[in-house]
Amino acid sequence: MDIKVLGPGCPKCHEAEKIVREALAESGVAANVTKVSDFQEMAALGVFATPAVVIDGQVKVSGKVPTKKDVLAWIGK
Amino acid sequence: MKPINLDGTPKAANCACKAVSVPEQVSQPRRPLPWLRIVLGGTALVAWWLVYDALSGLSRLLTYDVLGLTQGSHLGGSVEFFLYDTPKVLMLLTLIVFGVGIIRSFFTPERTRRILAGKSEAVGNVLAALLGIVTPFCSCSAVPLFIGFLGAGVPLGVTFSFLISAPMVNEVAVVLLYGLLGWKVAALYTGTGLVIAIASGLVIGKLNMEEYIEDWVREIRLDTSTEQDVALTWAGRINAGLSAVRDIVGKVWPWVVVGIAVGAGIHGYMPEGFLASIMGKDAWWSVPVAVLIGIPLYSNAAGIIPVVQALLEKGAALGTVLAFMMSVVAISTPEAVILRKVLKPRLIAVFFGIVSVGILLVGWLFNAIL
Repeated sequence: MDIKVLGPGCPKCHEAEKIVREALAESGVAANVTKVSDFQEMAALGVFATPAVVIDGQVKVSGKVPTKKDVLAWIGK
Repeated sequence: MKPINLDGTPKAANCACKAVSVPEQVSQPRRPLPWLRIVLGGTALVAWWLVYDALSGLSRLLTYDVLGLTQGSHLGGSVEFFLYDTPKVLMLLTLIVFGVGIIRSFFTPERTRRILAGKSEAVGNVLAALLGIVTPFCSCSAVPLFIGFLGAGVPLGVTFSFLISAPMVNEVAVVLLYGLLGWKVAALYTGTGLVIAIASGLVIGKLNMEEYIEDWVREIRLDTSTEQDVALTWAGRINAGLSAVRDIVGKVWPWVVVGIAVGAGIHGYMPEGFLASIMGKDAWWSVPVAVLIGIPLYSNAAGIIPVVQALLEKGAALGTVLAFMMSVVAISTPEAVILRKVLKPRLIAVFFGIVSVGILLVGWLFNAIL
């Protein structure tokens, strides 16, 4: 599974990344998490509100920090 | 805009973003009955009002009876000012941010963008400035938002109206102005802030500066026809209000306290009329100087308004002080750095130039008519 956390580096983006990593650790799902802070790349993914989470190319949330419950649901746990 | 690290990312420490995380609606097994919530909310509101009403008396009691300071002394004046204004402003802020958090749950950035995409220039500029007040906006998110608006077909000038209005006219600024300076100043600030946002966006639109957007941004086309809003229940919206209070009040309170402390110092120790000669009505040059000093400075409204109030009290003219405040919150050097990623220097210069001129005119206008 390929997970991208998008954000230019504001506190909310760090929070989103932390929650994604926590959810992965908790569920034991193996995934590749990358942080995207390049605006061009964000636009290419179709995201214009940060923080955002993209899983396997699909935008799961944009403009807000997801809850751990959300993330667990997205990764199928 | 925020102070920026060398790699161009806004510093985390003081990002008082307007973006609010809206909690997802998940079915909860045991939700409190609605009437319980209503009773709790009503009680909280009454308690809020009673405390708010008693603040003035309490601050005097604390200052002069409990702390034993002399009435009319410098220190007594400062301490009373601080003890009265700090809880007052924080209480107002909590109540309004909660309300705005609920209103804001109706306006997602996606929805705002869809509203603006089909509009003609003039109507679009007015709508964009108004939506700037209620749409969740974080200056960290300004660049992706800018790209998203343009990509969805929102005209450049309309996008700028939004980008100028969103950080300048917001609930934190309006509440602080209302709480510290009264509703007239709050209304003047809001009105002129909107006019500056609308007019600057119109001018930028007329200048046809699309070629000064970075090429890769201009090529982006987004399809927004398939977007769907997540429907929120009322419980969800109330939760959004509560999380707005946590996010926003949690972030700006240190600024408010420091700002009021500085203001309290000025209030107690600076002689009356001290600033009249340098920041008064008759010093026409004080408005451009105030704007120029404000450009490189960054603070949010929460930190700057208590200082503004104290300056006014000591003889500074309202126009000069409002111009200074608008310049501090609406344009800043860190913002220019981050906008450089999507705009060519010429457009950034035009943007800053037009907004500065707008602020300058507002400052002079107020000094002339008030």
